[in-house]
Amino acid sequence: MMDNKLQFIDLADSRGLKNDRPGIAHFEYSYKAEITNVYPLTATEKLYQIQIIDPKERENFNFKPGQFVMLELPGIGEAPFSISSSPIRHGDLELCIRGVGKMTNFLDRVQRGTRVGISGPFGTHFPVDKMMGNDILLIAGGLGIVPLRSPIMSVLENRSRYGRVDIIYGAREPLELLFTYQYGMWKQFDINLDIIVDKADDKWTGPVGLITEILQKRIDSGSYDDFRKKTYAIVCGPPVMFQFVCDMLTRAGLPMERMFVSLERRMHCGRGKCCRCNIGSTYTCIEGPVFDYWSVLNLKEAI
Amino acid sequence: MIFKIFQASEVETLFELLSVNRIVGPVEKGRHVNGSTLYDFDVVYDFKDLKLDYGQTIHSAKNYFLPYRENLCTFTFENNDWQKHVDFGAYQAHVFFGLHPCDINALNKLDKVLMGDLYPNPFYGAKRSNMFIVGHSCLPTPSCFCHSMGADSVLGGFDLFLTRMEDEYMAEVRSARAYHILERLETREATHEDHLLFRKTASEKRSLFTCEVDTSDLTKILDMEFESEVWKEWGDRCLSCGTCANVCPTCYCYGVEQEVNMDFSHARKVKQLYSCNLVDFAEVAGGHNFRPESSTRLKYRYYHKHRGFVEAYEESLCVGCGRCGEACLADITVPEVIASVRGSEK
Ligand SMILES: Cc1cc2nc3c(=O)[nH]c(=O)nc-3n(C[C@H](O)[C@H](O)[C@H](O)COP(=O)(O)OP(=O)(O)OC[C@H]3O[C@@H](n4cnc5c(N)ncnc54)[C@H](O)[C@@H]3O)c2cc1C
Ligand code: SF4
Ligand code: SF4
Ligand code: FES
Repeated sequence: MMDNKLQFIDLADSRGLKNDRPGIAHFEYSYKAEITNVYPLTATEKLYQIQIIDPKERENFNFKPGQFVMLELPGIGEAPFSISSSPIRHGDLELCIRGVGKMTNFLDRVQRGTRVGISGPFGTHFPVDKMMGNDILLIAGGLGIVPLRSPIMSVLENRSRYGRVDIIYGAREPLELLFTYQYGMWKQFDINLDIIVDKADDKWTGPVGLITEILQKRIDSGSYDDFRKKTYAIVCGPPVMFQFVCDMLTRAGLPMERMFVSLERRMHCGRGKCCRCNIGSTYTCIEGPVFDYWSVLNLKEAI
Repeated sequence: MIFKIFQASEVETLFELLSVNRIVGPVEKGRHVNGSTLYDFDVVYDFKDLKLDYGQTIHSAKNYFLPYRENLCTFTFENNDWQKHVDFGAYQAHVFFGLHPCDINALNKLDKVLMGDLYPNPFYGAKRSNMFIVGHSCLPTPSCFCHSMGADSVLGGFDLFLTRMEDEYMAEVRSARAYHILERLETREATHEDHLLFRKTASEKRSLFTCEVDTSDLTKILDMEFESEVWKEWGDRCLSCGTCANVCPTCYCYGVEQEVNMDFSHARKVKQLYSCNLVDFAEVAGGHNFRPESSTRLKYRYYHKHRGFVEAYEESLCVGCGRCGEACLADITVPEVIASVRGSEK
């Protein structure tokens, strides 16, 4: 009766992992990477330089500004982080991470040389190519500057292809400002950088107040027609902030399809399988994290 | 499509032929307090234990293809480095004997999410590819509404489907494997009379449904009633226990955790099926919870099944098996929730 024995179908060439994206055995594949350097930026955030070890894999790691990776610390955890470096650096990644929970607090104590796993890149991106030939407004609140850093670098590297570029960045206090060492360079590339804090300290000489005050000035200095026809905006920050900012921009004439935000949700897979990231029933890891504002308005429970 | 007819008693021969494999099917699991028999899916060794006339099982069969707990990988540590090892957790083919149309439809829906073009999941895929499914016709229970969900008959995703017609079975043969096994049974070709009898059986079954859900314009109505008070009322009743997701054949959400063993030589990455009704489902580090109230979580479960999935695949993620309503300690059932959202409560 042996012929009634059903033959076992080996779906993915036996058990195991393969870097054959998009093949099925790629699902649990992670690139072996090394933390090559750690820079403390503030009391709670650090910048991690993470290099995919295999030179070929590193070279072939292509992403677009706004996408994220899943960073895995074997035995500790795995979590999503926006890529904060420039796409031209491929698998030489920089992640800026705030210590808030189990894995991120563990990361806070790791040494350089630690080996980690990287999978991705995942998710949608800011359409920086489509934005060429236009004015760009990059607006960040708090940790929102992290996902903005990759598009900023992309714009800097192609500066001649964009019109006026403005960065408006708000933080609670001066000590919380990230990437302070790069502000000089940004300005040298003919970028209008405005930084505002909620609460000044002794050394602070810049403006104090809300991000929307600076934005109002920026709006007043441009024409309705410029906003309507040749401006794109990228807005990252807490939901109340981006909602406020996007509504102001809408009133200034900027079409909702030209405003992009990056949303944050709990994530356990990054691959549209665990549903933890769903907003209503949209997968933030697949259809986001970057959405245009029109899509956000259509997502129930997004804000 | 190929149809064959065989005597009802021949189904035992079919079972014996297939029994060189591991067979999973409906078996008795004790009695309900109200005296009725409880059924569940389990490994069946003896044909006598296979209860093909079961109404509905308590749990779906999903533990066999979406295990409640599953290792995604193991890590070994050595010299400040680690290696990752993956095992998809499928080692042999299984026969599923006696799945009803709702449960086969549930698998077909899961296939769309878990085996589609976008990041197909090999853990599910490896098990799904090794399922030999013998479907079996059924009669509606008081709580099932598969007819409303378009899941009372099944078009594919099985090897063999047996429809009981008086003393005989009409077998729908869907794979060459099934065809060859049927060759060893005493069968005959279906005649015009059999075709008529098949239709009569189907319409008799349809007339027996007592439970219904009106799904017309449901995606739009759910959007319109997003802020409706009824969600709060259901939320107040819901215990956020997650039992509904546990028994549901199409709930696939999960969480991932890592565990290190005592001597730090190994670690495991474990996937655990989760439920969107559990309080921390959408909670992020730092304590912010995107769905802090039980009502928003319950609403989300309905949204995913009856709106989001419909938008993505033009069909609902609920097959109307009625298990969640039967299992719910707060007596929350899909037909009642949907009726109240539509504003058509009696
Ligand atoms: C698209 C995206 C980009 C992100 N980029 C950054 C970034 O650049 N820098 C940064 O510091 N943080 C970022 N985050 C947030 C970061 O993922 C969380 O801080 C991190 O998951 C916390 O993990 P934990 O183990 O320390 O916390 P725990 O509370 O111990 O969390 C356990 C698990 O829950 C999940 N989880 C918890 N909180 C979050 C969250 N906020 N988002 C997603 N999953 C969560 C993760 O799977 C995590 O491993 C991003 C989140 C998303 C969704
Ligand atoms: S609906 Fe019922 S089964 Fe589901 S979580 Fe609420 S109380 Fe539990
Ligand atoms: S939601 Fe309830 S009725 Fe629908 S498939 Fe799941 S368990 Fe069955
Ligand atoms: S993170 Fe798992 S589905 Fe999006």
